Amino acid sequence: MPQFDPAFFAPQLFWLAVTFITLYILMSKVALPKIGAVLDERQRKIDDNLDKAAQLKAEAEAAIAAYEKALADSRSHAQSVIKEASERLSKQADERTRELTGRLAEQIKAGEVRIAAAKDKALANVREIALDVAGATVARLVGASPDQAGLEAAVAAALKENGQ
Amino acid sequence: MANPIEQFKIKPIIPLEVAGVDVSFTNSAVMMVISVVLITAFLTLSVRSRALVPGRWQSLAEVFYEFIAGMLRDNVGQAGRKYFPFIFSLFMFVLFGNLLGMIPGAFTYTSHVIVTFGMAIVVFTGVTIIGFARHGTHFLRMFFPEGAPIATAVILVPIEVISYFSRPFSLAVRLFANMTVGHIILKVMGGFVVSLGAFYVLPGIVPFAFLGAITVLEFGIALLQAYVFTILSCIYLHDAIHMH
Repeated sequence: MPQFDPAFFAPQLFWLAVTFITLYILMSKVALPKIGAVLDERQRKIDDNLDKAAQLKAEAEAAIAAYEKALADSRSHAQSVIKEASERLSKQADERTRELTGRLAEQIKAGEVRIAAAKDKALANVREIALDVAGATVARLVGASPDQAGLEAAVAAALKENGQ
Repeated sequence: MANPIEQFKIKPIIPLEVAGVDVSFTNSAVMMVISVVLITAFLTLSVRSRALVPGRWQSLAEVFYEFIAGMLRDNVGQAGRKYFPFIFSLFMFVLFGNLLGMIPGAFTYTSHVIVTFGMAIVVFTGVTIIGFARHGTHFLRMFFPEGAPIATAVILVPIEVISYFSRPFSLAVRLFANMTVGHIILKVMGGFVVSLGAFYVLPGIVPFAFLGAITVLEFGIALLQAYVFTILSCIYLHDAIHMH
């Protein structure tokens, strides 16, 4: 076999060395850095895009958080406004109720005074009527007018007995 | 029938002699030069556009790059980074030698034991130098496994030494034998097709179908042997850098 002929060892080894060293230099200095650069660039671009996406996501989350905060703020503000208004209104209502109650009490008191006066007047009339009725009744039954003093005493006693 | 050994013959094209040593430019050297030119052209022209989304050729170049880079990373680790150009060149040189040899009539330089041995001895001496440079005399621990009983040294050390020094031979012979035998089978089968087909068409078809199948197999072997040669180099490198 020609493979085992030592005559061809030297030229093959020589050209193997020449071509392989050439290939090694071409690979390490030219081809591999080029391919490596392309791959690195792609990786960098992918990383960049991922970074950008993450940044956008963070921004979107911040915006959502701000929106929710604003919503919560306005809700609590609305609640405080409502509370304030309802407090004010209930205070006003209380005041008005108190005022009204006072006025009504005054009116009631005045009414009671008026009623008492009317009652006194009515009672005085009742005594006179009782005197007249008693005098007329006695005159009719007895046929003679009773004496005025005895009549008045009897009417007063009767009125007293009835708690007037 | 043509002589199946004929295809391995070295034919000087430009006879040269330097300091009494024959360094003729032969058909073998032609194929080596073609390999280097094709590899360089393929790898530089394909990434010329530096496309973000690679085309067909650029993808292929990137596949080779990442395949070897991944092989080196898995087998050697981060310390193997600086040997990447060498391992890559080794793989491409063997692969193109194997594949170009599949072109009918072409010479296969990886079918010559002196060529494969030349590469294997470079790997072997390089790895040994790296081992001693990194670990000093501690590298000799390679020949005696950690934790083994001292009495076994009598048996273990010679075995380890023999297995270490047989590495370049096994590396060289594996590639050379595979390529040589494959090409002989192809040639013999081709001869059968011609000689049997000369009588009748039908008996020629059988060896022809077989030849087709063998050709496909040979392409597989061309790829596989380039891979095996490279990965074994990676494993030797790993041993030198990390010991066992």
